Amino acid sequence: MTASTAAGCAAPNQAAPLPASLDLEKETVITGVVRDAAGEPVTGAYVRLLDSTDEFTAEVVTSSAGQFRFFAAPGTWRLRALSRHGNGDLVITASRGVNEAIVPVVVD
Amino acid sequence: MSRDTALVSADWAEKNLETPGVVFVEVDEDTSAYDTGHLPGAIKLDWRTDLQDQVRRDFVNKDQFAALLSERGIANDDTVVLYGGNNNWFAAYAYWYFALYGHREVRLLDGGRKKWELDARPLTTEVVSRPATPYVAQEPDHTIRAFRDEVVAAIGTKNLVDVRSPDEYAGRLLAPAHLPQEQAQRAGHVPTALSVPWSKAANEDGTFKSDQELREIYAAAGLDDSRETIAYCRIGERSSHTWFVLQELLGHRNVKNYDGSWTEYGSLVGVPVALGDEPGKE
Repeated sequence: MTASTAAGCAAPNQAAPLPASLDLEKETVITGVVRDAAGEPVTGAYVRLLDSTDEFTAEVVTSSAGQFRFFAAPGTWRLRALSRHGNGDLVITASRGVNEAIVPVVVD
Repeated sequence: MSRDTALVSADWAEKNLETPGVVFVEVDEDTSAYDTGHLPGAIKLDWRTDLQDQVRRDFVNKDQFAALLSERGIANDDTVVLYGGNNNWFAAYAYWYFALYGHREVRLLDGGRKKWELDARPLTTEVVSRPATPYVAQEPDHTIRAFRDEVVAAIGTKNLVDVRSPDEYAGRLLAPAHLPQEQAQRAGHVPTALSVPWSKAANEDGTFKSDQELREIYAAAGLDDSRETIAYCRIGERSSHTWFVLQELLGHRNVKNYDGSWTEYGSLVGVPVALGDEPGKE
């Protein structure tokens, strides 16, 4: 293994539990599920986290249960989901701790 | 270099999956995506275990690179088409290695894995193996790689381009927001570095913007193309994406990728650091 600071930037498995070392007093976690019009979770969707100026901040791929997770900062963020079944958006105001969101995907 | 010699479209790729002499290579830090489905015929490279030295912090040397490509069945005269997840970050990083070690024909698949998946193009879990080759790597081309002392010397004299997100640049975040934020290094950016997030160069499906759009983005950010340029991010893969745009798509000369990037610079003792949204002074 390489040194932890050089460990890369790839997005980790979105279904894994939060690391035990995570300090929720300091971290602002934005987590949730992408669902289609029928309410079914969408697996393999690309979820983009955009900041308050709509600039890209991060992107992950949803787990088999449609889950995604970001480690952000307090403030307003936009979640943008892209999938084969359609795309969707949700604006969220996050604070420290765990913030949960459901991003609906609408078939174009 | 130009778009025609550096980039292939998903349509071109789908038509050339079985073309002799064309090798598709998926590159990621986490290769589990490859294992659940990859382009038919594509082999994989694991950025962490195949392309990084496993003891010291550096990437594979010339002999290690040659041995890797020999073993995976890539020949010197093959056209290598790289693609991956994370908007092609690690594929662009690998492209930069292939350029550094003198591979003649290397391309990036526009849009990478994301566009391929969103287009519902074919993926397979078939195991791919290619016969070994006698691959010979060239001496590393250090005109495209920057080291830390060069970055410190570039403050106020060369174009420094920080390609991380605005919040990382300003020091409000220490890593991309899909990663926990507890990190050893200081927050901020190299003084005088321009903030041009890598993502400005890409559409949301992961494809690159047009040459005209790209030229406008870097001109608007204040990049002086008569000067040499050093791009950096956190570990050097997002800045490979920007290096690819500036040198391979737009044809800028003297563009270097600083692969030590913020995890090195932000841990150095005594170097200047700027905080906030402005580049800051020398």
